Amino acid sequence: MAADPRPQVLAGGTDFMVEVNYDHRRPTAVMSLRRVDELRGWRRHGDRLTVGAGLRYVDMLESEFEVSAPALAQAARTVGSPQIRNTGTIGGNVATASPAGDTLPVLYALDAEVTVSSTRGDRVVPIQELIVGPKRTTLAPDELIVSISIPVSKGPQEFLKIGVRNAMVIAVASVALVVDGDNRHIGCALGSVGPTIIRCSEAEAMAEAEIDWDRLHLPDPRVYETFGAMCAAASSPIDDHRSTSRYRRHGVYVLATRALMRAFEPGA
Amino acid sequence: MTGAVTYRLQINGADHAVESSWLGESLLYVLRERLGLVGSKNACEEGECGSCSVLVDGRLVCSCLELAAAAEGTEIITVEGLSPDGTLSDVQEALVAEGGVQCGFCTPGFVVAVHDLLDGNASPSPLETKEALAGNLCRCTGYGRIEAAVERVVELRRG
Repeated sequence: MAADPRPQVLAGGTDFMVEVNYDHRRPTAVMSLRRVDELRGWRRHGDRLTVGAGLRYVDMLESEFEVSAPALAQAARTVGSPQIRNTGTIGGNVATASPAGDTLPVLYALDAEVTVSSTRGDRVVPIQELIVGPKRTTLAPDELIVSISIPVSKGPQEFLKIGVRNAMVIAVASVALVVDGDNRHIGCALGSVGPTIIRCSEAEAMAEAEIDWDRLHLPDPRVYETFGAMCAAASSPIDDHRSTSRYRRHGVYVLATRALMRAFEPGA
Repeated sequence: MTGAVTYRLQINGADHAVESSWLGESLLYVLRERLGLVGSKNACEEGECGSCSVLVDGRLVCSCLELAAAAEGTEIITVEGLSPDGTLSDVQEALVAEGGVQCGFCTPGFVVAVHDLLDGNASPSPLETKEALAGNLCRCTGYGRIEAAVERVVELRRG
């Protein structure tokens, strides 16, 4: 890649090949990662998970992975179809940087750090600094996403998605909610309702102050809907062929409210 | 790999040479247009419909989303490879018997997907069947006849 930055990186190919098939991309040189087994695995060390960029969605459905990263497993399960989940990778999801990338709200909510490699060395980039716009990243032409680091789950996690059917659907709106019971922290991020994934910092802070952290309960049940409304207010959706902005914003309200209800039971 | 490429593919146990192929050709294109394996059907070319489903190293995938040149060194099984002697496989027979074949265009993809499902799960629940076949679209049958065919194969294999 350093010698000749022209080769286009091919991970699973589920986005790449659609562009080639529709003549939106004409590769003259391709570097396939298919046989780079070093990128395929994941490992746990202490309270962090290192997820190889080549990990396929289907690999994230294995129970051992699901225990450590439940929302990521939930998101992977909603991707496409068996055919797509057998092919697509988490590194490809990050590099494509679609606002509708299903794993991305989870990675934002978890403050994921992406390790990017080139002959100049490695750099570790927070996901929200790697992705700067719809399908735009700060990756240099000679850089490759190698792995993604996330904290091991320390509390309830949810990923919820709206689309026109249960399978094979690009999200109209999605919400990821992750709870860190040790540090009394909530992470919440929205997909498909802005140019990039949107973090809901104000809603997170509001809910953190209302939670009974010793019991993981929510004493004031009005907070669920307040949280949903604050997430909806943080969203910045557009009208397009998949949905209206109004429906998307309402979807965020419903999903965020529901996610908080699933994470924290009501009552003192 | 650059420009026009030459490579070999292992398909249904046989070695095939692909010569002077454009680098961007999908596995589906190479199967149909270069190697004459027209069982895999071309419909959406974006992984939505599943009519081009094949197995690559034992994984069910859409051949339209596989870069053919990057599939060198893998073991590819197409619908032709599931009934190599020309007789129908049990899945194909069940699809015929249950009325799961109408226009027939989606059938090869379903045949590969159902073989893949039942190889990994000999007795899927109705929900597991629906989820396993969610990446294959059929605009004729309404899916009920296809799900009945799956149940028929499960019964027959149980003996």
